[in-house]
Amino acid sequence: MSDDVKTRIAARAAEELRPGEVVNLGIGIPNLIPALLAGGSGVVLHTENGLLGVGPPPAGDELDPDLIDAAKRPITALPGAAYFDSAASFAMIRGGHIDVAVLGALEVSAAGDIANWAVPGKDVLGVGGAMDLVVGAKRVIVTMTATSSSGAPKVVATCGYPLTASGAADVIVTELSVFRLVDGELRLTELLGDATVEDVEEATAAPFVVSLVESHAHR
Amino acid sequence: MTATTTTTSAEEAISVVRSGDTVMVGGFGLVGAPLALIDALVEASDATGLTIVSNNIGEPGRGLGKLLRQGRIRRGISSYFTSNPEAVAAVNAGTIEATLVPQGTFAEAIRAGGAGIGGFYTPVGAGTELAAGKEERLIDGVAHVLEAPIRADVALVYAARADMLGNLWYRRTARNFNPLMATAARVTIAEAGEIVPVGELEPEDVVTPHLYVDTLVASA
Repeated sequence: MSDDVKTRIAARAAEELRPGEVVNLGIGIPNLIPALLAGGSGVVLHTENGLLGVGPPPAGDELDPDLIDAAKRPITALPGAAYFDSAASFAMIRGGHIDVAVLGALEVSAAGDIANWAVPGKDVLGVGGAMDLVVGAKRVIVTMTATSSSGAPKVVATCGYPLTASGAADVIVTELSVFRLVDGELRLTELLGDATVEDVEEATAAPFVVSLVESHAHR
Repeated sequence: MTATTTTTSAEEAISVVRSGDTVMVGGFGLVGAPLALIDALVEASDATGLTIVSNNIGEPGRGLGKLLRQGRIRRGISSYFTSNPEAVAAVNAGTIEATLVPQGTFAEAIRAGGAGIGGFYTPVGAGTELAAGKEERLIDGVAHVLEAPIRADVALVYAARADMLGNLWYRRTARNFNPLMATAARVTIAEAGEIVPVGELEPEDVVTPHLYVDTLVASA
């Protein structure tokens, strides 16, 4: 996956975020979003290790070893930021106080089931806050490439990897398209770049309804 | 646990840890981890067969990663072992037992443990393999999983500043699991970056009131 593809996916996902929304960004593609948000985006970033009001990465002389995000990268805190412990942070998440979670996934099913924490046979033994976030956030935006590095579609009829949560995804952004889950239905609502419906069909292993209500207007 | 807090060395404080104990260790990765207490546990204690409750098992050769290399961890209860590939390898090799818990459930279970709550239902994890074998029930039509509280014999926490009574103040994101763990163990040992006289912490700024803290150790 080239950086250009990742950045395009992140940029389209960033357009989903509205001023005033409290947003939690996962590791990977979502972490590209802060650099893409306009200065006046009004989006408030939450990190589950205990900060509301995440600012841009620090300049060299501002580096503070006590100030990191959930990806363990150095960050800054904006004026008006608040710190809290991990139980309070996840109470915010489960309690429905986080508007949007943007995160990566290995697979998303046509029913919005998300698999993003475990690959059988791989040396990964961590779930972190993924399950809490997809269950608790009011809106869940999945950012991922349409297919895996081996070319397998990642939007699937039924997840094969261990589930993170059932029916949790609201929006799926790939380099080819935007899907929305509405009333239990997977809808292709937007084509990105030069992608065609046929391109999306080829890269998708689930039935979907073509419902191109959006256009290339902001491309 | 009493209202009296003793100030001592890390080596002396850590001597309460016995083989087979459950030990909670604060920190998100190494940020907010009580590194002097961990070093004392590594160098000045021979307690083994430990159950470690910590969000991560350190990093390779750092923090709890040192204790792992000594083969003194029998079981880990964590949300993210992956930050130490040696811990994942030890689990895969069967030399340590792993209990993987969603991070919010991990935090809430410790909070519950310290607050006298016998368990709680959460929607997180329902229908996934992390809920296998746990009681599930529908609450308002949504599947919830019954989670047990987590307590420990000893909690090792880090605070940037403490007063001589053991009141604790945390700095920035180094707070994380520390205030929760301070409440949930039979003995809580707090490592402080700075220890100030009683009265120098504003009462409103105290995050962990001193009744939770049994022993205070200066970082340096």
